[in-house]
Amino acid sequence: MTFRAKKTAALAIAMSFAIGNTATAEPDLDAVLVINDELEMVTITEAPAHLEGALDQAISGWHFRDAATRRLETDDFENPAFLHVEQGLTAWETVEGTEGESCASCHGSIEESMKGLRAVLPKVNADGELWSMENYINDCRENRMGAEAWGWNTAPMRDMTAAIALQSRGMPVNVAIDGPAQPYWEQGKELYYKRHGLLDLSCASCHEENNGNYIRADHLSQGQINGFPVYRLKQSNMISLHNRFYGCVRDTRAESYERGGPEFRALELYVASRGNGLSVEAPSVRN
Amino acid sequence: MADVKPRVKIPSSAKAGEAFTVKTLISHSMESGLRKDGDGNPIPRQIINRFTCEFNGTSVVDMALEPAISANPYIEFDAQIDAAGEFTFTWYDDDGSVYTTSNGIELA
Amino acid sequence: MTYTRRETLVIGAGGIALLAGTPAMASAVEEAIAAFTGGAEIGESGIEINAPEIAENGNVVPIEVSAPGAEEIMVMATGNPSPPVCRVSFGPAAGSSRLSTRIRLAKTQDVLAVARMSDGSFVQTTRAVKVTIGGCGG
Repeated sequence: MTFRAKKTAALAIAMSFAIGNTATAEPDLDAVLVINDELEMVTITEAPAHLEGALDQAISGWHFRDAATRRLETDDFENPAFLHVEQGLTAWETVEGTEGESCASCHGSIEESMKGLRAVLPKVNADGELWSMENYINDCRENRMGAEAWGWNTAPMRDMTAAIALQSRGMPVNVAIDGPAQPYWEQGKELYYKRHGLLDLSCASCHEENNGNYIRADHLSQGQINGFPVYRLKQSNMISLHNRFYGCVRDTRAESYERGGPEFRALELYVASRGNGLSVEAPSVRN
Repeated sequence: MADVKPRVKIPSSAKAGEAFTVKTLISHSMESGLRKDGDGNPIPRQIINRFTCEFNGTSVVDMALEPAISANPYIEFDAQIDAAGEFTFTWYDDDGSVYTTSNGIELA
Repeated sequence: MTYTRRETLVIGAGGIALLAGTPAMASAVEEAIAAFTGGAEIGESGIEINAPEIAENGNVVPIEVSAPGAEEIMVMATGNPSPPVCRVSFGPAAGSSRLSTRIRLAKTQDVLAVARMSDGSFVQTTRAVKVTIGGCGG
């Protein structure tokens, strides 16, 4: 016990040093994100009313990346996420399972049927449960297609969420936080401000109080999720939102929550609501 | 290798003798041979080791790639044409697989 | 002054790296250049590398090399465990002697490009790229 207490204290000191004393760098707020020379994105907007006193503006993580990374997102050909979008589009048309159905055989064209969906998820379903896009996909696979559910963090799931999210690109994030969503939103908010792990950090410690600063060599953003799923240069692969959450919590040296579990779905709703009004940017590119 | 998909972007037409940009991207992990798996065993190298682009059988570029090329290799260069015809793009995998795609172009 | 076992190990490793690592690496680059040029004299103008001054992630660093009139360009990452990056020859249907690609840089280092010109001469240039190593997971 003594050892653990000492270690915790030492780590806490190390962290406060890392956050407090390193050079600060402002995000490049003058940059404008235009995709394929035609689609101008809202990457900075007035923060939603519920963030009064916390943030003045909601700023997309795109602004916190360097110019070379930002540029990768401006052209769908140069954005490596589109290799994965293509896999998702192929899967959309592919018949799987015992019922002889594909996504397309029920929903038709992905461009029309899925337009706007990313912007309003997660949302409370007919049974009163908060569902993310992955829940809806697996519900279709199991109950309509007679196919096996995809793991939350598997490649086919990430590719499909990327293909579906793309159909809402440029539309404002607009998740509902009242009515049946409110208890989930409150749960997510509590998680956001709860300190986790040996390093005693909450989401807010980094992304609300220290965005724009560096934590070691990482330039902290507001932790907005309008770009998910993202193509992350570090892994050179698509990264799901819950995997990102998982990594953040783990890095506080806490036992993380389950990807797809109720905690991360509630957190997803709350964090999404902090970016209401930003354009859906998925599939984005981050470092 | 599963799920290898080439993408190519060229204009639909070009003026004779005028350079234009060709962009290519292929999905490939470019496994460097320097990494180890969870059990500490080295993961064998598997990369795209060569890329070629030809126009009507004439070379545009011929490139040897090493493991220092990033996953999902992106290769951009300039080409010029003196007639309508076809670009052929070929990627050579360490495992012997060859991925090819072709794009036609008109003279403007 | 006493050293702990761990400190000694670190110092030892550093010493070995200084004695053996650096010259071996330098000679790998020199040997590759010599193999490419056949030992010919190398000029310094007419070749350019475009790369970010600071790369946010060493896994994907966009670079562009161009050498007007070059028939072939070789690119090396001088600080990588294995320095060769690529080698490209430009055929009759090339519109320029320019190549853009994305490369892996293991650490802060110089990227080097050597070009063989159509008259058989060689030119080279280097460009320093700082690589930051982020720690956050996901």
